[in-house]
Amino acid sequence: MKYYLDFEKPLQEIDLRIEELRRLSNGKNSALDTELSSLQSRAEKLLQEIFSNITPWQRTLVARHPDRPYTLDYIGMLTDDFVELHGDRHFGDDRAVVGGFGSIDGRTFFIIGHQKGRGTRERIERNFGQPHPEGYRKALRLMKMAEQFRKPVLTFIDTPGAYPGIGAEERGQSEAIARNLMEMSLLRTPIISVVIGEGGSGGALGLSVSDRLYMLENAIYSVISPEGCAAILWKKDGEVGQDEYTRAAEALKLTARDLLGLGIIDGMIPEPPGGAHRAPEETAENMKREILKAVDELSGLPPERLVESRYQKLRRIGALSSQGESP
Amino acid sequence: MAWFKKVRIRKEDKRVKIPEGLWVKCGNCKEIVYRKEVLRNLQVCPKCNYHFRISARERLRLLVDQNTFQELDADLVSSDPLRFRDSLPYLDRLKKSRESSGLSDAVLTGEAKIKGIGVIIGILDFSFMGGSMGSVVGEKVTRAAETAIARRYPLVIVSASGGARMQEGMFSLMQMAKTSAAVGRLKQEGIPYISILSDPTFGGVSASFAMLGDIIIAEPRSLIGFAGPRVIEQTIKQQLPDDFQRAEFLLEHGLIDMVVDRKHLKETVARILRLLLTEPYRE
Repeated sequence: MKYYLDFEKPLQEIDLRIEELRRLSNGKNSALDTELSSLQSRAEKLLQEIFSNITPWQRTLVARHPDRPYTLDYIGMLTDDFVELHGDRHFGDDRAVVGGFGSIDGRTFFIIGHQKGRGTRERIERNFGQPHPEGYRKALRLMKMAEQFRKPVLTFIDTPGAYPGIGAEERGQSEAIARNLMEMSLLRTPIISVVIGEGGSGGALGLSVSDRLYMLENAIYSVISPEGCAAILWKKDGEVGQDEYTRAAEALKLTARDLLGLGIIDGMIPEPPGGAHRAPEETAENMKREILKAVDELSGLPPERLVESRYQKLRRIGALSSQGESP
Repeated sequence: MAWFKKVRIRKEDKRVKIPEGLWVKCGNCKEIVYRKEVLRNLQVCPKCNYHFRISARERLRLLVDQNTFQELDADLVSSDPLRFRDSLPYLDRLKKSRESSGLSDAVLTGEAKIKGIGVIIGILDFSFMGGSMGSVVGEKVTRAAETAIARRYPLVIVSASGGARMQEGMFSLMQMAKTSAAVGRLKQEGIPYISILSDPTFGGVSASFAMLGDIIIAEPRSLIGFAGPRVIEQTIKQQLPDDFQRAEFLLEHGLIDMVVDRKHLKETVARILRLLLTEPYRE
């Protein structure tokens, strides 16, 4: 059973009828087949119509769609062989972060990403994709290994944020993220990051300091969730809900298109109409093209130049003016 | 007859400001104390040693030698990249904060001397939009680190912040990466960086340059962490112990080097720098 977001509901009806006709016709009834194909083209048109006009808040919901492909799904589609590694060698193995190495188009990458779960049990097991410090430390261990073996690093970003809990604080959540930011800025091997779903604040940034930062078309990346932002801004005036989330998501400029325009990301990877979950393979193909192009460009650089240009890339980000000439 | 004790709810993040007048109430022990005595005591409660929050200028006065401070980048302001507005447009909010604090943004940076030792210093001011880090704080901290490298001066940063500044969206978040990268360069150059954490230090500031000090010092009882206590309580649906995320708690968990009273802070920084800045051992 597919999951439909509220604004996708008009589609659900057509999809159901398509299913039904398909069952009835079974490829033998040409009259039904004609209706089927006309329904299909109607569904496609509707899908495009709905998605060409979605608000940043609706896109946030697509980014969190329960059917959306997660890190391990992309790893499965992109790599011929993948070896998963575990543990931070200090405390434990965080299941909200997966990592290892695998081959994409004959090249070995170290691949690390936030991992959300599917179904209640796995969701809990993966802590809803919210890492503890050991998740960041595992990621860093693997990145250092990539540097050692001179392999590029590919990271997938998909988290509501780093976990806010007692153990996380006791074991230094802040320090773990801060250290990743610093070490990633110095890593002497290419880093490519793709936001595949939710880029939730510092918890997302802790895996995404990179030479190339991409976002899938329906992914979001934000300093705070629209709900968090709305609560801070408008909770004092009463309960906040969809309207406030819509306003907050709009104000935060968290979509791939907005962030590309603002120069925060390097590219937007297109998704099929209706989102990645409607055609995961196609999405993975689009992603693979960008990844391979980027790694080709980056692999030629000597490590010093690579690190220097990564620093300069970060260095440029800021919206500043001098007092006096301020707007 | 009460069968069970009334559950004591953890006092929320108290905003203690010293009000005008002769007497002040301590935010911690609730004692009424003579204002002049608190001021004389470096804004520390004489009864319970509670460290009041202080402005960047006051901190500067307590930490560096008189008349040695030369401010850097005082004219940098945010250009409001998202054209953000809530109840107020962000630019108006900035203007109000600027007027009330006399600062251009939430951090003051410059060159100064601490007991005769030249340093680059940065001090965050919690009263300026919660000490939040947007483009200006990120840029000034980064420039401070770069100046420290250029001058071969140690870097001292005093943090007090709620985290990244929401009003600049992803520009704020990326300042975490930018400042951390600058600290990374500092480390490669072998230049000491002392990070001083004061009440409160959270979110995007603690998860970037603040927790990257070679030496990390915190003031007594300061609240320091990644997620704010209220967020954690809502997530885990449990009450938090009173010492949770206090400086002493961080010390116990191996996350900081020492907890130092305000009155000993300057001397402590000077001692550390004197020992670290001696001629290196030559082969």
